[in-house]
Amino acid sequence: MQTRASLRVGDQPWVKWSLISLALFIVGTLLIVPLVAIFVQAFGDGVQGFLTNITDTYTLHAISLTLLVAALTIPLNLVFGVFLAWLVTRFEFPGRKLLITLIDIPFAVSPVVAGLLYLLLYGSNGWLGSWLMDQDVQLMFSWPGILMVTVFVTCPFVARELIPLMQQQGKEEEEAGVTLGASGWQLFRRVTLPNIQWALIYGVVLTNARAMGEFGAVSVVSGNIRGETNTLPLHVELLYQDYNAVGAFTSASLLAGIALITLFVKSFVEWRQARQRRVLDEVSE
Amino acid sequence: MSIRVENISKRFGQFQALQPLTLEIPDGELVGLLGPSGSGKTTLLRIIAGLETADTGRILFHGQDVTNVHVRDRRVGFVFQHYALFRHMTVAQNVAFGLEVLPKAERPSAPEIHKRVANLLDMVQLGHLAKRFPSQLSGGQKQRVALARALAMQPQVLLLDEPFGALDAKVRKDLRRWLRSLHDELHFTSVFVTHDQEEALELSDKVVVMSAGKIEQVDSPQELYSRPESRFVFDFLGHINVLDAQVKGSRLQQGAAWVELPKAVTVPMAQLYLRPHEVHLQQTPVAHANLPLTINAVSLIGAEVRLELQPDGWQADEPWEIGISHAQYNAWQPMRGDRCYAVPDIGHLFMQGVTEPETLTWASTLIQDPNFPKRSAHLAEVS
Repeated sequence: MQTRASLRVGDQPWVKWSLISLALFIVGTLLIVPLVAIFVQAFGDGVQGFLTNITDTYTLHAISLTLLVAALTIPLNLVFGVFLAWLVTRFEFPGRKLLITLIDIPFAVSPVVAGLLYLLLYGSNGWLGSWLMDQDVQLMFSWPGILMVTVFVTCPFVARELIPLMQQQGKEEEEAGVTLGASGWQLFRRVTLPNIQWALIYGVVLTNARAMGEFGAVSVVSGNIRGETNTLPLHVELLYQDYNAVGAFTSASLLAGIALITLFVKSFVEWRQARQRRVLDEVSE
Repeated sequence: MSIRVENISKRFGQFQALQPLTLEIPDGELVGLLGPSGSGKTTLLRIIAGLETADTGRILFHGQDVTNVHVRDRRVGFVFQHYALFRHMTVAQNVAFGLEVLPKAERPSAPEIHKRVANLLDMVQLGHLAKRFPSQLSGGQKQRVALARALAMQPQVLLLDEPFGALDAKVRKDLRRWLRSLHDELHFTSVFVTHDQEEALELSDKVVVMSAGKIEQVDSPQELYSRPESRFVFDFLGHINVLDAQVKGSRLQQGAAWVELPKAVTVPMAQLYLRPHEVHLQQTPVAHANLPLTINAVSLIGAEVRLELQPDGWQADEPWEIGISHAQYNAWQPMRGDRCYAVPDIGHLFMQGVTEPETLTWASTLIQDPNFPKRSAHLAEVS
């Protein structure tokens, strides 16, 4: 008798292989080729050209502004995210569910709209802006404005990562800590923080990636003043409009590099989290 | 340290978790809070610990008002139902936590902490697991770590929330015995919450039975079992066979079933509660009772054979359960579907409008049935 290869439903080889090749084709044309193209273009004038472009005064300024904004956004949203997650998972109050929903507004709203809203509020003709103008404080078309919209756009990342985890872990460990005499700060540092650290790092990585790469909201409030309010993504666009393709791609390659590092850190953290979750599951059994 | 709960009540939104209640727990006693879920027993325990604040009333430790003292400063040992061990710390670090968060002035030196932790772990017989993480322990081991952690602060009050609830039957029994001996050795005042009657009766000096946010009865296990003060306590302590009947003079009647009471009763309706061991079975009715039953199931495991019985020609909300000795079982060989008659020896009569039951005893009006000798005779024969 002839032995037959056992086939399960949906297990036809031609289905499998055509799906695999389709996936490879899409990933290749949409993701890999453009990514490689960025670096090829950036090094179009050789390594020397790349270095010249990168040490350009305006480019250096754009890099430092981007780093400044990210460096200020991360701690702000870190504190805000932990505070918010703690609030909605450890306390019961009216409007708690609504608050959890509201956290997601920056995800739901187009960044351009967010930028416009800030411009309307804080611009020189805006409600708050005109008053601030009288106090000689200018927020729009300067770096504080860029910081404000970046904080707005990235504020859900940390909280979104922490809330489900802290809900799952519950407050029993903290209660145990407090019956053993721990103060609020001891409780946070010795009990809460070690339990949420990987989710926290994950949230920070995502916040950082978005803060450095944000274009829409920033472009509305920045005013694109070269050497003053130009962040790296805006700088890429500016160089491209100047027909400086190699310069544009050089700056773009920096952003792409950040993206690659982010992906690497993200998968590492995800791996750690999965490990922690396995431990958690064992505990809850 | 004695604990006094004075007029404590608590409401969660629309739900009245605790009616105003007062309870006195003498120094050094082991007290069980027993009740079904939702009876408020865990809420009361958490209020004593300070993890929850009461709407009204006061909590006193050793005569001192601690109502407004923060949990952190009440210095009670609390053991959580799901252990609540710090999952990122080893067993030793878990036990050391309370000592390490002490203010600098009170904190023992590092070697001293190390020594005390080692002693505590030896006491709970877990010295060899000091470097393990909670996820690597079994349920019983975790519970012992939780106890050692609570005892590290040398509390005078130990509170335990369903301490054995999540453990399997055998481990539960071991730990229960072990906790009892620990309590006797260290002389702290303990309060534990449970929904398991057997656990409460075996472990406690005194049992507090709760239902719907109220205290039903506070008594020693012996008193509680022999003199339940209310229908609820009766229902809650083991299986009860109930005859819900109309009263005609001194006779209770429902359908084909009737029981002649030793004396006349004046109320129109009454319920007769019969514990499984206060009834015996035979093949013919007796002069004082006619309770026909059909055998539904026979369970052979345990010290006696337990029969589940269905009323025949009358009604009961729950099937009856009656135990017979293995010797009687062997002589009689009852089968599913067989018919027999229950004969009450001792009964508890709940009359309409009265909370406390009246206990009745029937004088030995037994007709000697060759197949069904009196159980006491049989026990003598067996032993």
